Amino acid sequence: MCDSCGCNVTSGNRHLAYKPVKAGTSAVSVLKKLLAHNDDQAAHNRAHFDARGILTINLMSSPGSGKTALLEATIDALKDEFGLAVIEGDLETENDAARIRARGVPAHQITTGSACHLDAHMVHEALHQLDLSGVDILFVENVGNLVCPASFDLGQHRNVTLLSVTEGDDKPAKYPVMFRAADAVVLSKVDLLPVLDDFDPARAELCLRQLASTVPLLPVSARKGQGMTAWYDWLRSELAAQRARVALGKTAKPFIQLDGASLHAHAEVSV
Amino acid sequence: MHELAVCQALVAQSIDIAQQHAALGVAVIRLHIGPLSGVEPALLQSAFPLAAAGTLAAAAQLVITPQPVRVRCKTCGADSEATPNRLLCGVCGDYHTQLVSGDEMLLVNLELIT
Ligand SMILES: Nc1nc2c(ncn2[C@@H]2O[C@H](COP(=O)(O)OP(=O)(O)OP(=O)(O)O)[C@@H](O)[C@H]2O)c(=O)[nH]1
Ligand SMILES: [Zn+2]
Ligand SMILES: [Zn+2]
Ligand SMILES: [Zn+2]
Ligand SMILES: [Zn+2]
Repeated sequence: MCDSCGCNVTSGNRHLAYKPVKAGTSAVSVLKKLLAHNDDQAAHNRAHFDARGILTINLMSSPGSGKTALLEATIDALKDEFGLAVIEGDLETENDAARIRARGVPAHQITTGSACHLDAHMVHEALHQLDLSGVDILFVENVGNLVCPASFDLGQHRNVTLLSVTEGDDKPAKYPVMFRAADAVVLSKVDLLPVLDDFDPARAELCLRQLASTVPLLPVSARKGQGMTAWYDWLRSELAAQRARVALGKTAKPFIQLDGASLHAHAEVSV
Repeated sequence: MHELAVCQALVAQSIDIAQQHAALGVAVIRLHIGPLSGVEPALLQSAFPLAAAGTLAAAAQLVITPQPVRVRCKTCGADSEATPNRLLCGVCGDYHTQLVSGDEMLLVNLELIT
């Protein structure tokens, strides 16, 4: 085992580690997650949040699924109960951050240019420009995209994936990586269900369960206020869980990474 | 398309390791990629030369071994093969399963020119 190059050889992967190679070359087994640099920064971000007792939630969905509308309604309902702040990720424009600030909550906009996702470094820069004093829940609205955002740990504690009823009920089957990363799935714009004849919420749930996901599926309409109580209760219970963890000096990553780390014989396990 | 970002991380890591071993260059980079990792092997292959250009890894061969999707059933305990969007137990059909393999995105092995 070579500590200096960060390799992580266990009985489960030793067969990969030392292979005969051509003269003039030497095998160096590394077994690192490709995004280790991002993951290190994410761990640092998470330490910032935990030091302040903040719960950080990453919102992901297709463009236009209703992330900002969900945040606006949540701010109106909860801003007297909790300190809230938002980091917005968008390709261009400050529009979403302006919508949040109009509700009286601090927001920082990250404009990614052409990047289709946020990464931990972008979030770190945003953190140092946001006043986090008195903040209980920090929302990160990721770039609208069902592919890339699922691959980057930002330092958040929980992932929420939105599926709007205008997108089709088979989205979880088409984007399994994204939906498997969710700690809760919000079925948004349910006020439109009566005018859509082909979206079956039961089929959407079946597609989600076929990904072995047992997380809550919360049907809401941010516009009409339907189902929002269950969403607020989920947030309250997650904040309580975060406070309990912080009191014990513990932290949490989104569900998916824990699952993988504990089961894969050769996965790098980081705390 | 985040494969370029992944490739840049991959090249940076490989170069770090090459430098720690005082290598002249990187000959081979071996990866394990599962279909549930969120990266496409073909896109990684095409992004790699771009990310590696002008570095110690510029001439490296990128070898990607796809990993199978396997689940372990929490209900009956069986291990079985699955597909990326049907992670059900192959024995009893239950959805209370955990992924045993299929989401890995690992830099497994490097061959360095020394
Ligand atoms: N009928 C209905 N429309 C909604 C609801 N929530 C959002 N919308 C509409 O859907 C459109 C997009 O909503 P946004 O909240 O901007 O969506 P977003 O996910 O933040 O979009 P991006 O940041 O661009 O990815 C807007 O026209 C909203 O008014 C809802 O509950 N019901
Ligand atoms: Zn938005
Ligand atoms: Zn910092
Ligand atoms: Zn992309
Ligand atoms: Zn079973």
